Amino acid sequence: MAQVFHRSTNTISRVSIALSVVAVAVFFFAAEQVQRSPYTSWRGVARTQAVPFSHQHHVGGLGIDCRYCHTTVEVSSFAGIPPTKTCMNCHAQIWTNAEMLAPVRESFRSGKSLVWERADQIPDFVYFDHSIHINKGVGCASCHGPVDRMPLMYAENSLQMEWCLNCHRAPEKFLRPRSEIFDMRYEPPSGEKPLEVDGKKFADQQSLGTYLKTKYRVRSVNDMTSCDTCHR
Amino acid sequence: MHVQPKYLPLRQSDFFADGRGSRTPPEGTVARGQLREDTYLHTGLIDGKPGDTMPFPATREVLERGRERFDIYCAPCHSRLGDGNGMIVQRGFRRPPSFQEPRLRQAPLGHFFDVMSNGFGVMPDYAAQVNPRDRWAIAAYIRVLQFSQNAPASALPAGQQMPSPSPLQVPSTAPSVPERKE
Ligand code: HEC
Ligand code: HEC
Ligand code: HEC
Ligand code: HEC
Ligand code: HEC
Ligand code: HEC
Repeated sequence: MAQVFHRSTNTISRVSIALSVVAVAVFFFAAEQVQRSPYTSWRGVARTQAVPFSHQHHVGGLGIDCRYCHTTVEVSSFAGIPPTKTCMNCHAQIWTNAEMLAPVRESFRSGKSLVWERADQIPDFVYFDHSIHINKGVGCASCHGPVDRMPLMYAENSLQMEWCLNCHRAPEKFLRPRSEIFDMRYEPPSGEKPLEVDGKKFADQQSLGTYLKTKYRVRSVNDMTSCDTCHR
Repeated sequence: MHVQPKYLPLRQSDFFADGRGSRTPPEGTVARGQLREDTYLHTGLIDGKPGDTMPFPATREVLERGRERFDIYCAPCHSRLGDGNGMIVQRGFRRPPSFQEPRLRQAPLGHFFDVMSNGFGVMPDYAAQVNPRDRWAIAAYIRVLQFSQNAPASALPAGQQMPSPSPLQVPSTAPSVPERKE
């Protein structure tokens, strides 16, 4: 009886087995890349707003502190988005005819809220709290990036679970003294620029972080990475 | 699960006519922790006139809190020294008076509290951004600013009489300006 399959079929079957393994690997790799990419997380995508509010101008240029506008960030889970009145504190006198600010004046007159597009948002099934991070020595810039250089707001980080856990597993890599939380230009201590805290000199982040971790009584890694810390 | 049917702060609502999920309390009701009793702490008035005492002791912590809050909320216009040359003024806002003015040096503490709570002329009020305790702390710190720029040499602690200019310090003597003759 003649062979049903030609000899080349052997090669084809071997190659196709190998290829299917590669295809599955490529699929998972691609899926993972998409999952982590800005396409899913919107990381780094600047939001267009009805009023082109610029943190670069107000924070970097004018030196206004975050808390002037985000008043509840130290005491509450919610950082707070300023009401129209806060803008009018200054804009009642400054740039009063600017076309760009027309929606702000309109909102102030009519009492209707301004609507902002959110740049940083985590799903509703995750619990997040600003106040504990601020009070345990995590700076705004560690999570939100160089806000003072953002003409329009974008999310610096993915805000995915992996990213949260990266820090919760080793907070000492990120902690800074409480007095530096709102400083957008803070740099971790280095050999050339040591940092003095409580009379002790620190020349690298590792030793500073370990010191602050004890000082601020940061909870154990077990506590911080337990699922019910963030999913409650 | 990503978007749950619950209200988070400032989330939009399609139930209420004005679209706001965060409601303002109805007239005549008091939210928890928002009770504004008619006491000195909340009014700054004694028998209808601004008082000149603190409703709580001005400890070192209170003054430091005052400095921090002043630098956040007031310094953009009044500058960190209180001379009225803040950044926003340099960009065109009306220039506020210096806290060193004799009238303001004599003003009672309650006056500063009142300016923050109700505004003054073109200055907006800060009642929504600064809570009453912090407003008092700021008022106390304004007194510190007024004192610091008029302190007699005898009030300096021993050993600090004449700060020797170190490389970090700006020389305290201004470049000499010839006196103007009438
Ligand atoms: C003059 C007022 C003002 C100041 C000062 C200010 N912000 Fe904002 N911030 C806003 C407004 C208004 C928005 C909403 C519009 C937007 O997203 O740009 C906002 C949005 C944000 C957002 C995005 C929130 C979201 O979910 O979209 C972040 C993060 C933020 N601010 C961080 C900061 C930090 C950090 C500082 C201090 C370095 C700061 N802001 C100072 C007014 C201010
Ligand atoms: C503490 C004072 C202050 C507050 C509060 C403030 N601004 Fe401004 N804003 C300024 C000043 C001063 C300028 C002019 C900037 C310059 O001259 O460099 C400005 C400029 C602007 C501009 C146009 C210039 C630009 O390119 O950014 C917009 C738009 C604006 N502000 C929006 C807002 C909004 C929206 C708010 C409320 C969330 C707000 N501002 C709150 C002081 C303020
Ligand atoms: C540990 C990381 C972290 C730090 C530190 C942090 N933020 Fe946020 N921030 C977030 C996350 C996550 C969100 C999105 C929260 C949500 O969707 O509910 C957010 C949201 C915001 C918002 C939008 C309003 C809100 O609360 O949802 C503002 C404004 C803001 N942050 C400002 C600040 C400022 C100002 C600081 C510094 C004082 C700061 N953040 C520090 C992670 C952080
Ligand atoms: C840069 C470091 C850092 C990042 C990023 C970070 N955290 Fe944290 N987080 C901390 C530290 C430090 C604590 C304090 C732990 C303690 O209680 O001692 C903390 C505590 C918490 C707590 C406990 C609050 C409480 O009241 O018990 C929650 C919830 C939390 N984080 C959620 C998150 C979520 C969600 C994210 C990601 C969106 C996140 N964190 C990202 C550093 C971080
Ligand atoms: C530090 C905070 C934190 C801790 C601890 C944490 N998570 Fe998460 N988790 C998050 C955040 C933030 C997200 C949302 C990520 C996103 O934006 O998609 C998330 C998303 C998830 C999702 C995906 C849900 C979906 O529909 O996309 C699952 C499943 C999950 N977490 C399970 C767990 C389990 C199981 C644990 C304990 C081993 C855990 N998480 C611990 C912060 C945390
Ligand atoms: C947006 C700019 C601005 C900010 C921010 C500001 N002020 Fe003023 N302030 C002014 C101006 C302008 C005047 C002069 C008002 C007038 O004469 O119409 C003034 C006047 C005053 C006066 C003098 C009142 C009098 O009797 O003459 C005091 C006291 C004062 N401010 C305190 C404060 C304190 C405390 C804060 C911080 C909580 C603050 N200001 C924040 C602009 C500002």
